[in-house]
Order: sequence, then C-alpha cells, then structure tokens
Amino acid sequence: MVPAEPEGVAVEVRDLVKRYPKSPVNAVDGVSFAAVAGEVFGLLGPNGAGKTTTIGMLTTRVRPTAGMARIGGVDVVGDPVRARAQLAVVPQQSNLDRSISIRDNLIFHAAYHGVPARVREERADELLDQFGLLDRAKDKPDFFSGGQSQRVMIARALMHAPRVLFLDEPTTGLDPAARLFVWDRLRELQDSDVTLILTTHDMDEAALLADRVGIMDHGHLLALDTPDALVRALEGEGTLELAADRPADRTVVEALAALDGIDRVEQVHAAAEDGAPESSDSQPLRVRLYLTGDAALLVAPAAAVLTEHGLALQDVKLGAVTLEDVFIHLTGRTLR
Amino acid sequence: MNAIAAPVLPPGTQWRAFRMVLYRDLYVTWREFPAFLAQVILQPVFLLFVFGKVLGTLNYTQHGYTNVLYPGLLALTAVITAMQALAFPLVAEFGWTKEIEDRLLAPMPTSYVVGEKVLFAVVRSLAATLIMIPLGIIILGSIPWRWGALPLFVAGLLLGALVGAGFGLLMGTLVPPQRITLLFSLVFTPLLFTGCTQYPWPQLSQLRWFQIVTACNPMTYVSELMRGAMVPELVPHIAPWLCIVVLIPSVAVLLIVGTRGFYRRAID
Repeated sequence: MVPAEPEGVAVEVRDLVKRYPKSPVNAVDGVSFAAVAGEVFGLLGPNGAGKTTTIGMLTTRVRPTAGMARIGGVDVVGDPVRARAQLAVVPQQSNLDRSISIRDNLIFHAAYHGVPARVREERADELLDQFGLLDRAKDKPDFFSGGQSQRVMIARALMHAPRVLFLDEPTTGLDPAARLFVWDRLRELQDSDVTLILTTHDMDEAALLADRVGIMDHGHLLALDTPDALVRALEGEGTLELAADRPADRTVVEALAALDGIDRVEQVHAAAEDGAPESSDSQPLRVRLYLTGDAALLVAPAAAVLTEHGLALQDVKLGAVTLEDVFIHLTGRTLR
Repeated sequence: MNAIAAPVLPPGTQWRAFRMVLYRDLYVTWREFPAFLAQVILQPVFLLFVFGKVLGTLNYTQHGYTNVLYPGLLALTAVITAMQALAFPLVAEFGWTKEIEDRLLAPMPTSYVVGEKVLFAVVRSLAATLIMIPLGIIILGSIPWRWGALPLFVAGLLLGALVGAGFGLLMGTLVPPQRITLLFSLVFTPLLFTGCTQYPWPQLSQLRWFQIVTACNPMTYVSELMRGAMVPELVPHIAPWLCIVVLIPSVAVLLIVGTRGFYRRAID
C-alpha cells in the first residue's frame, strides 16, 4: 500500500531521455514517474530495458540527454551534491572498499556523509547486527559471497539515513536463502520513511516488494501501477498449460487456437525434465493457452482437441495471471 | 502532491567529505606501511645501490657519478611514486573493484574526488622522497646537499609529484583494465628512461636525437631542477628557472586533461 503519511514526492522523473554516444537508439526514451516518500517503487523489465540507466541518471552517475529528474525536490543535474546527500545506492556488482573491514566500510561511508563520529559507530553496530554480520565486522570484504556483500552494501547505504535508497537488481545471482534474507530486510524498510527504488527482472520480487511497479522495455515505461492493478487489467486472462503424451505437429496447436475463449497459444519448448535436452520435435507436446475466458470451462474442449488428434492428456495446469503475463501482454516477449 | 522540502546542506559538508576521503587513504596507507615502503622505495634503492655503490666500488663509474645520479633518483622517486599512487588504483577502481563509486556518491563535487586523489598522490610522493634522504646517506655515505637551495629543492619535489600525479591521472583514466600490462611496457618504461634521471641533459648534445627525445619528457625538467638545486657547480644542468617555466604549464596540461579523463569515467 502507498502510505498516506508522509505526503510528498521523493523522486520525480519527467520525460527523461538518455542516448549514449554512438548509439542509434535512446537507452531511456522519455520516461516519467514519481514516487512518494516511503513508497517502494519497482522498475521491472528485461536486461537492457533501460532500468539501470534510469537509476544512473537519478543517482548523478549518468548525465541525462534530456528531461528532468529530482530527488527530494533537488534537481540531480543542477545540484548533484545536494542530491547525493539524500540518496544511497546498492549496485548490482559489489563496490565495497577492499582495503578496510566491513565495519570500516560502514563507518567511512557515514563519515563521507558527515554523520557524527559517535552516531556512526553506534549505527554501524546496529546495522551489522540487523544484517547478521556482527561476527564478521572485522573481516575485509575480499572473500564475502555475493549475498554477504549485498547485505553489507545495503547496511552501508543505510548508514547516512538516506531519503531515497536505490537498489539495482538487489537479488540477482543470490542463492534462494540469501535472496529471502535480503527480501526480509527490504520488507522491514517498507515500514520506514525511506523511499525504495528497485530494479529487477524478477516478477516475484517486484510483486512481493513493490507498492507500485513500472514495466520497462526498450527505454520506455509501458505501464505503471500497483502489481494488483496491473494484473487485474488482464482480468479473465488466465493461462492453461497442457501436456500430451507424444510429440505433435502444428495442426494441433492451430486447432487449440481456434477454440472459443483462447487468446493465443504458445508451444513450450523446455528441456526434458529428467535428462538431456531433446529437440522440440521429439518432445511430447506441451502448450500454454492464454485465455480470455474462464480456464475451468476450457479444459474439456482442449482435451477433446488432443483426443481428436490421437493424443492423450497427461498434465493440466491452471495459471493465474502474473506480472510476467502482464509483461508478455505488453511486449509479446517473456522476461528472460 | 507537494515535493518534500529540499534539504539545506550543512555548511562545510563538501570539505568534510573531502577530508574524510583523504583520511581514509592515509588510514589505509598507514596500516599497510611496509607494503607502501616496498612499493615506492625498492626500485630507487636498487638503482642507487647498483649504480651509485656497486659500479662505483668496481670503478666502472667515475667518482662523482653519484652527484648526477642522486638528484635524478629523487626526481624519479617523486614522479613515479605519485604516478603509481594514481594510475594503478584508478584503473582498478574504475575497471573492476568499483571502489570509487562510494566516493563519487559522497556529497561533494566530482572535482573534489579528483583533487583528493592528486593531493594524496603528492603526499605519498613527498613521503617517499623524504625517506630517500636517509637511505641515500646510508648507501652512499653522504649526499650532496645545500641548505640555501631548500626552496628550489622543495619546488622540484612538488613539481615532480604533480607531474607524476598528472601522468597517473591520465593513464589511470585512459587505459582500459585489459591493457594494464601494456601500461608498464609501453608507457612506464620509456618514461622512466627518457627522464634524464641517470644522465645530465646538457651533455646529451653528443647524442642529439636522444637529447630531443628527452626534452619532450617533463620528468627531464624535474631531474634537471633537482640537479640545479643540489649540485649546481658539479654537474651541467638546465637552468632552474627554465625548468620551472616548462614544468608549470606541463603540470597544468596533464592535470586538466587527466581530470577530463576522470570525468569521462565518472559520469556517463
């Protein structure tokens, strides 16, 4: 939920454009959005969609070609120093200071931001404790795993009590346990006044953490709403996944697509579940039907089509609409 | 919806960030002091020992060669130390450790980050050259010294450090990480041997083309300035005023171009 208090825009982006030299297209192409204080705002899109470039412009590391970006009312181009004082960044790749301990990483970061000595000492210990790093406080970050580095970087980012925290793909490449840990910590931040702007290509992450999600592709913001509203916009569009016992040709797929209440049919070419990947011709038929009507009513007609073509139905899965389906609907492609 | 009130930065925020970043660099250097010593002192000490002591003892060099060599080695130490303090860390920090990002996001202008790097390189350079003085006395028995030349001596070390910092900034921001070994062979080594650290420039008139080559290396004027300060009567040298006149614009150009390179890497 978008918190009612405190009122006010923490991040504001208007018609933001970035074209890199020698590139024929805009990496970010006229993006506009705003996030209020305390909100968790997710930018969802595949790699290369322009999410990281958008974050780069907001965090003063990428110069916009056109448009406006403000952090807490401060123009990031006009007054980058004041903008930096209010923001913190957790990047995709570790950028921890390898010459000093992780506790010193936190302390020096706070010192750069003018946090008084006593406050930064106390806050460092609190955050190290909260992030489960107290026993490693004196270690240098050299041999930290991706998950541990990520935790240190989030703790470091919070040291100067930023108004806006940017997280670029915060859990990409983490193992499931580390990912859950990071998600838990970020959910704790949802209750604070800190505005979180996170990019992700993981729809679960976006749905789980974000109050609102902006879907990006090819530098454009295609849709922007709460995860619920985005999914609801595709109402009635469930999915129905069918698996048959044997391979089949296109005629079956076409016959399924001709049924009432079916938007389109996608053949799923997965690797064989227990063994080496096989070519799609030799795989048993597996299709995903995107529905415009009620999924339960379509199971019988779809099964009948398979039977007509001499196939037996092996597996049926009814799927609710997810953010990934919203993305597919908007772009015609999957996220990965 | 109204924008939340834009905060006012407390006065001194930017300088405090600058000081804290400098403090971090000094803190790390202090804690790794033996490594610092090995990195900056080993090479000049070996040069001093082999060319100043060993070859002299074996009578392969004339008595008095140390008058040529020692001021040159101080110049070399000043330039190389400052260069190393910038070039390799910058290549690594922009290339793969990304350590510099936390500084670039500190509440200070990007130019302060550059300024801190240069100041730190100068501090390291001065520390290294000062250490070379007792080492010179130990290895050579005595070093040429004139108290009256102290201002010129200090000017030489400072300008040497700044030349090195300028080169380091330039290399550190222009060289992509995968070419870091080329930096050594194609830039470092030629710079090292065309800087008149082991021979006096005026006498190169016997080898005219090399004299012209060395005249293009700013390090030459640092070496010659040190000779002008320390051994003006004993070794032929370029006039100190001329060295300073060449060095000041050289430093300016190196630092300006290097800072541009830094901005290019820091902000896309």
